[in-house]
Amino acid sequence: MNDRRDESNPRWLLVHAVGVFAFLYLPIVVLIVYSFNGNGVGGFPPHHLTLMWYRTLFADGPIWDSVLNSLQVAFAAMVIALAFGIPAALALERAQFPGKALFRRLVLLPLILPGIITGLSLLMLFNVMGTKLSLLTIILGHGTALVSVATTEVFAGLQKLDRAQEEASLDLGANYWQTFWRITVPNLKLPIIGAALLIFTLSMDEIAVSFFLIGRDNTLPLEIWGRLRRGITPEINAVSTIIFLFSLVAIVLWYRLRMRGQGVADAGTEIVEAAEGHAV
Amino acid sequence: MFSRTYKAAVTLPPLLWVTVFLLAPYLLMFCYSFWSVSPTQTIVHSWNLDNYQQLLRVEVYWQTLLRSMWIAARVTFFSLLLGYPLGYYLSFHAGNKKDLLYQLVIIPLWVSYLVRAYAWKTILGSDGVLNTLLQYAHLAKHPLEFLLYSPFAVVLTLTHIYTPFAFLPIYAALEHIPRNLMEASHDLGATPAQTFWKVILPLSIPGVVAGATFAFVLSLGDFLAPLLLGGPSGIMISNIVVSLFGAAYNWPLGAAISLCMLLLVVSLLFLSERLEKKWSFS
Amino acid sequence: MNAVAKVAGQALPAVLLSVRNVAKHFGTNVVLRDISLNVAEGEFLTILGESGSGKTTLLRIIAGFENTSAGEVWMGEERLDRQPPYRRRVNTVFQSYALFPHLTVEQNVAYGLRVAKRPETEIASRVSEALEKVKMSAFAKSKPSKISGGQQQRIALARALVNRPRLLLLDEPLSALDANLRRQMQVELKSLQREVGISFIFVTHDQEEAMVMSDRIALLRSGELEQVATPREIYGRPATAYAAQFIGHTNLLKADVQGGAVRSGPLVWRSALPDGPALFSLRPENIRLVREDTAAVGDVRIRGKVSHQAFHGATQSIRVDCDAGLVLAVSTSSGGGAQEVADLEFSSTDAVLVRESPERV
Repeated sequence: MNDRRDESNPRWLLVHAVGVFAFLYLPIVVLIVYSFNGNGVGGFPPHHLTLMWYRTLFADGPIWDSVLNSLQVAFAAMVIALAFGIPAALALERAQFPGKALFRRLVLLPLILPGIITGLSLLMLFNVMGTKLSLLTIILGHGTALVSVATTEVFAGLQKLDRAQEEASLDLGANYWQTFWRITVPNLKLPIIGAALLIFTLSMDEIAVSFFLIGRDNTLPLEIWGRLRRGITPEINAVSTIIFLFSLVAIVLWYRLRMRGQGVADAGTEIVEAAEGHAV
Repeated sequence: MFSRTYKAAVTLPPLLWVTVFLLAPYLLMFCYSFWSVSPTQTIVHSWNLDNYQQLLRVEVYWQTLLRSMWIAARVTFFSLLLGYPLGYYLSFHAGNKKDLLYQLVIIPLWVSYLVRAYAWKTILGSDGVLNTLLQYAHLAKHPLEFLLYSPFAVVLTLTHIYTPFAFLPIYAALEHIPRNLMEASHDLGATPAQTFWKVILPLSIPGVVAGATFAFVLSLGDFLAPLLLGGPSGIMISNIVVSLFGAAYNWPLGAAISLCMLLLVVSLLFLSERLEKKWSFS
Repeated sequence: MNAVAKVAGQALPAVLLSVRNVAKHFGTNVVLRDISLNVAEGEFLTILGESGSGKTTLLRIIAGFENTSAGEVWMGEERLDRQPPYRRRVNTVFQSYALFPHLTVEQNVAYGLRVAKRPETEIASRVSEALEKVKMSAFAKSKPSKISGGQQQRIALARALVNRPRLLLLDEPLSALDANLRRQMQVELKSLQREVGISFIFVTHDQEEAMVMSDRIALLRSGELEQVATPREIYGRPATAYAAQFIGHTNLLKADVQGGAVRSGPLVWRSALPDGPALFSLRPENIRLVREDTAAVGDVRIRGKVSHQAFHGATQSIRVDCDAGLVLAVSTSSGGGAQEVADLEFSSTDAVLVRESPERV
């Protein structure tokens, strides 16, 4: 029948949306295309399609060393961020204590603070404590920066939890500890897994904080960074493409996990909103 | 409802972590900013205001800060310009494709910063994709120099990075607007355009403020994009700090600038929070 | 002035809105089938139905928030269903009130006038007049979040009425209010309608509410109109079994007509109806407890055992089990105490012939 919605659905809005998506994805597409280009990273049009750069990549020892380092760092950072982030979420959601407002702001600050401030402040700490810079300092840096991610994800999950379930558990004779493990934690499974996935991915990509805390061993982003200073080859395109694919899979997985039990607009926005002090 | 031991067990570990790794470092930075560095490259723990005086007196510091704020302002402007209509389209016109499109927007958000900045570098260079494409299509005879190693490149790249950041809170705010308010507005005689200006836009302002704050604060403190793409004319305040902690070895001065940045960011966050509360109606 | 004919037989009032063969489906889900309905000038019409009956959809079609799948809606000489909501001279009071949270009460009420670019002086006077009518003048500068549900409802009403629409639509506006406030608002709404004189279309699922307020009731079931009549007509002469059961309580009697006699279980009475099966509706209050020995002409008598008795204050309800599985619900004034056996009688004219109401998909 008559569609009166055309008045409020102007063509330009659609064109604009398409344009923004193009803007967001075009560089990545170019990157991927040129990873197959025999003639280098620039130069239009690309000729001489080849897998040469991927082969170089796979034979590149230092890159794989840095990948291993990154994996170790990401895993350790994930453990730390969850170990401190889950209790932090519980404390914020359940407990009242003096200084709670300050605590909340401090925990969430690294989300919105430029990485340089987090990195440098930690650098000064390690300097004063006499700690040598190494993978350990990077792990501590990532853990600190990403605790906030764990906290927001778990906090959101706690808010969805029906208090009555825990009260029923207590009513039926379980004590606080038992209730925590039998009722609370199982209900937090999804947020925790989601948080773990997100923290892992962010740690693998992290560069701003790592920049200042790096010792002898490089993480993958820093290894790439070093190469960039020396000269650009499509090998970097190749490794970037692979990083993109992994991130893609991880983020889609994370999103699907979050979607089970939450609205579209909330998944992902909490991270952003929490930094403004809303969600928490 | 919860016992004291439970509360203590849950609160103390994160509290400890936050104190050691967040609070103490900021305090340390505070202290450092009042110290100075000796000619022999050691930190002298004598308390003085030299660093802050330098910041005010030496031109390059506050000029760079102003340029950084100008760059951040432009990034914010463009991010909102791109992000708001996109959020509007997704929220009101995307129908059942909404979910898929939303995922498409957040994917670039979490994909490596480095990867994306590098991509722009390969596109904007004089031998880069864009320039060679323009020459190939006979649209230009020589490569356009301003594309790379300029503030333009920095603004472009940072807009690319932070548009999704701006989009998220705007989209959330738009989604929260009850649809029956729009129906009520139409019922009372307002056209869709009038409804947008009188109802939708005012109710989405908190989201816009949040998005703008994100884009501005994160751009302001960015040092990677200027390093990769900024060239000498695109240096931002964070680059100065990086060199002070590196080759120019003056930690106290670097700490002073960092502290100023920290205070600036915190005040902006505070201001943004107040504004959002003030303009929030739900 | 109210131009509605209250009793059939007076001159027909002017028709304001004409719904002609309107149908609506969402995909394969048919919500409205072939609805035809006229609304008179100055009439208070209630669209009554259960949830899922399509009543809200019908209202939204008239307001302009839904298109028709078939059929037309006319207002006067204009075809209404082709127009967007903001061009119709129709205003709506939403179930959730839909007040603009970022505007004050005053600004909310003024909204439609501002959009129409009326002069400020006119807006000011019309707004204060509207607020006075709903007794909310003191709250002019408040924000919606600061006033109660009942007060929000009045503001929603004022906001709609201030635009002087030709027709006001109310989508279950009282459902969120507690019982006392609801009764109070029913009275106020009715007198407001009389005062303002424009047609109201009121949607509700509450049959008592419909009876109290309406000039006419349009009973909707599964997307079709069961009956459109005044409250008295619909109560006294329900057209279908559903109408008889939905509005008030009734006894549905399955009967067979043979040679001028209606037989329903142990009940028999004379009737001029043609032979065949028939369904009758008999209201509980029309069944009396027998006092005298002689029955009047046309009365039907039956005796049964009292299986249930409940006290309702002014009345009492009794369930009587008779022969052949017949169970009758009786409503009488509370007086006598508990009984074991009841002698009942009713007048055969009170047994109203109704149509079947078949199950609809």
